[in-house]
Amino acid sequence: MIRSELLRELAPVIADHLVVCNIGLPSQEMHMIDDRETNFYMLGTMGLASSIGLGLALAQDKKVVVIDGDGSVLTNLGTLPTIANNVTDNYVLLIVDNGSYGSTGDQPTYAGMKTSLTEVARACGCENVVECSGADTPAAVEAALAGDKMTIIVSKVESGNVKVPVITRDPVNIRDRFMDAVKA
Amino acid sequence: MDVSEKIVSDFVANDVSFITTVPCKQLGDVIEAVEAHPAIYHIPANKEDEGMGLCAGAFMGGKRPAIIMQNTAIGVTINTLVTLTQFYRMPLPMLISYRGELGEPVACQVEMAVHTKALLAQLNIPTYHFHKEEDVEEFDKILKYTFTCNKPVAILTDASFWKGY
Ligand SMILES: [Mg+2]
Repeated sequence: MIRSELLRELAPVIADHLVVCNIGLPSQEMHMIDDRETNFYMLGTMGLASSIGLGLALAQDKKVVVIDGDGSVLTNLGTLPTIANNVTDNYVLLIVDNGSYGSTGDQPTYAGMKTSLTEVARACGCENVVECSGADTPAAVEAALAGDKMTIIVSKVESGNVKVPVITRDPVNIRDRFMDAVKA
Repeated sequence: MDVSEKIVSDFVANDVSFITTVPCKQLGDVIEAVEAHPAIYHIPANKEDEGMGLCAGAFMGGKRPAIIMQNTAIGVTINTLVTLTQFYRMPLPMLISYRGELGEPVACQVEMAVHTKALLAQLNIPTYHFHKEEDVEEFDKILKYTFTCNKPVAILTDASFWKGY
């Protein structure tokens, strides 16, 4: 299973929640599969999806799902201690771990080699860390949302991409539409 | 009221309730005052761009954010300021310790100080420089201006302002 197949199966599970989509293909794929006003699309700023999502979850009560990637978490590895030490139970961080920098052409990441992001997250103090296959991920996200416990899910999938159009919606429009959905 | 108390009371009066910090010796007192205030959620960040991501999320969640950081970190935040804070038009007061100015005991700090204002100017970030104690009187207006224009706004605070370290 590759990321885009996983996101297709995940879409109905997260449809009613606030979703922060990582830069590049995760945003473009979610935009293509199920564009919603409850989705925030990152158009730049590699690495900060988990931080944006944490700030959002701490600031209000609705549940927040972050669709992040292994490469982006490695870029902003300091995010995991911050998450661990600022627990908010409306926060689910899904790290789609395909062992590669998908959006730049599938160059390998260290997460696909010796480094386990699951173990890193645990070592940073995150209390509910689940590692699962892509096929088991929608159920894991559903359980995390139902469980009311801050959860980090590391979803092991294969690397590989499908063709998707870039997002042309204006960033201020993305943000404004999303903020209306947060308030609704 | 000392300057740290004045800064924190202006934050609170302007509804700033989510503050991320990366420490600097000069900022010790103000960070302590932020931590102590019950109306502010204080979230230390490991890196300034991470902190700006937290602030972007908090803003979209309905809170007014701010970051407290050192000028030496401006380089690592440029991409975030441009592609997140400015591109999505979000407000962000940046209270910055301006290391490397008069009274600086560490020579290396001067190396970033000479680039600080040029970098902020290049990014079209409105920039204020607090040098004398009374400059803090403008802080309230700067916060109002920031949340009116939805831009990152820098407040550089040097060693003379903080009366040394
Ligand atoms: Mg990846």
